[in-house]
Amino acid sequence: MLRFIVRRLLWAIPTLFIVTFVVYCALRLATNPLASYARANPRVAKDPEKMAQYVETNGLWPGFSGYVRGYFVWLKGFVTGNWQVSIKGSRPVWPNLKIALVNTIRLGLLAVMVSIPIGLSLGIFAALKPGRLRDTAVNTGAIIGFSVQPFISAIILQLFFGVQWAKWFGEPLLPTSGLYPPGHQGFDPVLMLKYMILPVIVVSIQSIASYSRYMRASLLDVLNSDYLRTARSKGISERRVLVKHALRNAMIPIVTLAALDIGAIVGGLIISEAVFDYPGMGVFFLNAQSNGDFPELMPWMVIITSSVILFNLLADLAYAWLDPRIRLD
Amino acid sequence: MSTESALSIRDLRVTFKTLLGNVQAVRGVSLDVQPGEVLGVVGESGSGKSVSFLAVMGLLGRNAVIEGSAKVGDTELVGANQRTLRKVRGNNVAMIFQDPLSALNPVHRVGAQVAEMVLAHHHGMSKDDAAKRAVELLDIVGIPQPEQRARQYAHEFSGGMRQRVMIAMAIANDPKVLIADEPTTALDVTVQAQILEVIDRIRKEMGTAVVLITHDLGVVARMADRVQVMYAGRVVERADVHSLFHQSDHPYTRGLLASQPTLGRERLSPIPGAPPNMLQPPSGCAFRVRCAHAAPECAGDVPELIQVRRTETACVRAQELEALV
Amino acid sequence: MTEFQELNHVDPPADLHHDDSIGVLQTSLSPKRMAAKRFVNHRAAFVSAIVLTMIIIFVVLSPITARYGINESIFKAEAGHPNQNLAPFNLAWFGTDSNGRDLYSRIIYGAQVSLMIGLFTAIGSVLLGTLVGGLAGYKGGWLDDILMRVTDIYLALPLLVVLVIVRGMLKNVDWVTAIMGDTSSVRFLVILLTVVGWMGVARLIRGQVKQLKEREFIEAARALGASSSRIMFRHLLPNSVGQIMVALTFAVVGAISAEATLSFFGFGPDAGSGMTSLGLLIRDSKKAVPPGYWWLVVFPGVFFIILSLCINFIGDGLRDAVDPKMQQEVK
Ligand SMILES: Nc1ncnc2c1ncn2[C@@H]1O[C@H](COP(=O)(O)OP(=O)(O)OP(=O)(O)O)[C@@H](O)[C@H]1O
Ligand code: SF4
Ligand SMILES: [Mg+2]
Repeated sequence: MLRFIVRRLLWAIPTLFIVTFVVYCALRLATNPLASYARANPRVAKDPEKMAQYVETNGLWPGFSGYVRGYFVWLKGFVTGNWQVSIKGSRPVWPNLKIALVNTIRLGLLAVMVSIPIGLSLGIFAALKPGRLRDTAVNTGAIIGFSVQPFISAIILQLFFGVQWAKWFGEPLLPTSGLYPPGHQGFDPVLMLKYMILPVIVVSIQSIASYSRYMRASLLDVLNSDYLRTARSKGISERRVLVKHALRNAMIPIVTLAALDIGAIVGGLIISEAVFDYPGMGVFFLNAQSNGDFPELMPWMVIITSSVILFNLLADLAYAWLDPRIRLD
Repeated sequence: MSTESALSIRDLRVTFKTLLGNVQAVRGVSLDVQPGEVLGVVGESGSGKSVSFLAVMGLLGRNAVIEGSAKVGDTELVGANQRTLRKVRGNNVAMIFQDPLSALNPVHRVGAQVAEMVLAHHHGMSKDDAAKRAVELLDIVGIPQPEQRARQYAHEFSGGMRQRVMIAMAIANDPKVLIADEPTTALDVTVQAQILEVIDRIRKEMGTAVVLITHDLGVVARMADRVQVMYAGRVVERADVHSLFHQSDHPYTRGLLASQPTLGRERLSPIPGAPPNMLQPPSGCAFRVRCAHAAPECAGDVPELIQVRRTETACVRAQELEALV
Repeated sequence: MTEFQELNHVDPPADLHHDDSIGVLQTSLSPKRMAAKRFVNHRAAFVSAIVLTMIIIFVVLSPITARYGINESIFKAEAGHPNQNLAPFNLAWFGTDSNGRDLYSRIIYGAQVSLMIGLFTAIGSVLLGTLVGGLAGYKGGWLDDILMRVTDIYLALPLLVVLVIVRGMLKNVDWVTAIMGDTSSVRFLVILLTVVGWMGVARLIRGQVKQLKEREFIEAARALGASSSRIMFRHLLPNSVGQIMVALTFAVVGAISAEATLSFFGFGPDAGSGMTSLGLLIRDSKKAVPPGYWWLVVFPGVFFIILSLCINFIGDGLRDAVDPKMQQEVK
């Protein structure tokens, strides 16, 4: 087990190098940092000497070899903690990125805590009576859930709980934007929770749909297995058959899936964050993107790809831990 | 037969409701097994062998409609409630399945799975005692180093050893009836012989009634006292082993015998044609379309089992055909 | 957890409630007829097919079905008699927008553009994805390895991020721009969505081909000396038609949703000449939230949901229909 973890971590390092290099090239091409810099600093842009200096310090040379050299300049700065400052406003990147990261993780974990129990319960509920009304209802509900795009549910909820509710009853039922009311200072979990309700609902709709379908399929697979028939042939209680044999086995792929899903949280909530003005990674990305702010986007991408790679590893470990058939070395 | 039968089935019928219609998988099967006796059940794939006994155990899905009667001792199982079924399963009747790898739960230790069977019918027994009993059972079925093996998982066992585990599980509560559904089909010949030996030993020692479902007439010849031949959800011939092999009167049984590979016979002659579609089973004798001796009268009433020479045969022309053998 | 419907989303495994021990029932129906029967039996899919057909007819016949032109106000505004943001049911069925245009007509025009983008993208993705996925599945080896690696990473990243970055890259390469046209053209959008969308299809087809390859009739053909291309075109592809249809259906919803997402964030097709799409209509509805012009929010949103719902149901029904495991489905 330990050998496996070490080996996988050792593998993760070259993978990260390759992925970050590809991301570096893609972002250099997509954002064109030099042009962005010129746009943000029109006066500097007129001075060729200063521009040349910007290219040199940040490694923004053109051509493939320029990209390779530039990547190493960026990498050195990144690992030594000398991150490039943002193009817009020349601010250090990490403080804002950290706040965004924490906010998104908060929102994502809350959504996970809501959607996994609901989704799994629905899936189990459906699988226990396949082909019956409840099964059809859950299945249909899941497809409806898939079809409700987050930006649509987000603005409809905003309209209903914010604007229309205020029209009918005098004031909005739920806050529809931000993390706190404007001007609020300090940390207030209850207030924050209230601001997170609508974003969490939006994120959870599609999550619940997908968890319920996966759980249903996985449990049905197990329910139709030979070993479940063996368990029933023993004369143990149906409850024990379901919990000890069916659910235990059906959870294996679900745990793996959940691990992968949690790894995708940090970059995956852009739409609801944007609609509800929630100051997380998504809003950070959209702002940085619109400014062509390469120094902000690069660490952002590193965080989300590392998270994906890390949780991939965790998913493998969880799988091996839950399923004795998997050999790790 | 008499009330002393370990298992007694009368006119069992199983129908599956499917999207395409009703599949009449079992259409009136009756049989008795006495304690200490081995009843062989043979027939082509799809003839309803497994379904009959899964129905007895109440292990079919919700789309199965079961009619008739199946008694273990005095307990009626068809239409019984879950409580009754649970008390009987694993306690009075136990079942061994064809593929021991998929029949064992991959994520539980083998010993725990055997112990679970013990605990299911010994309420109040401690977990430790059940675990000890499980090791004992593994020893009885001939698994070497049972303590260590009990802590392993099914995938760490060979095919033959897995089937021994299944048998250990099945005999945990000294069942009156042991149903073995093709217990050796997935195994190679030497292992096959060992497994059959284990089953035979247990039968002798405990006086268990054994139902042995198989494709392999060789296995039947070696193990069974009596044989029942199934075709299209019905029993078409029934006899003691010797009579069936030497003086069968049903054309289907003779076809089966002729299609078995044996030493000394050069070529197999498989029965031409395929088993009938059980969505619309043919009227009269279901074997009609494939039978070399079919005549117009075979399309009449479904033939019942009648004594012809030394076997009970469900063939309207059996008497006339005697001469042909 | 990610909140996006994958472009060509790789859906949860098909319903597996079947009993493998049963074997395939013999019936008198041909496989195609059986598939058709199963599709019709999937009631939601059947109803969705009818609704979608009606929507398509409506959209195609826009000269008849739309009440006003794409850029036409419902009447000329006068002092004290404005034509903007009128609530529904009086003069305009679905109300009017901030320019006094008829929302009902604009939804029809928007659906036209969205469906067109969806269809072209889906066809492009399926052609490319089938080709690459088929080759990778059939040949295996390094091609297969690369396909799996690349798509693994692609599927792990948020779709919107991938789309935005790829869009930026395509925009900044001169010779690409020459082919693809302006970033706000429909052509650019279709190519962008295809470039990103084929990967999901490729994985699906790869899996299918890998499975088929092991089957007896393919082995038999190979043993008889059939060439690779013959096996590919005469055996593998025809036997994958069902799966390809399923992929195509889901690719259409994926593309429509991706278009809407991009439009929502301002990366959509150009609306300059009054041209619109469902995504653009939904984007415009953001502005209608604070003043509470609910119709501008509800009608495009609900129409979009109904449209994707229909296509998703059809895809679900098709998948069940072509899945051989579903033949035993319990009543
Ligand atoms: N759940 C089910 N739904 C529909 N039909 C079924 C179901 N289970 C079994 N059948 C049908 O019942 C018939 C009898 O099946 P059964 O498994 O008893 O055959 P068998 O004699 O045991 O064959 P084998 O030697 O292959 O094990 C088959 O035609 C099969 O298709
Ligand atoms: S009843 Fe007729 S068809 Fe059936 S086995 Fe006898 S001879 Fe053949
Ligand atoms: Mg069987």
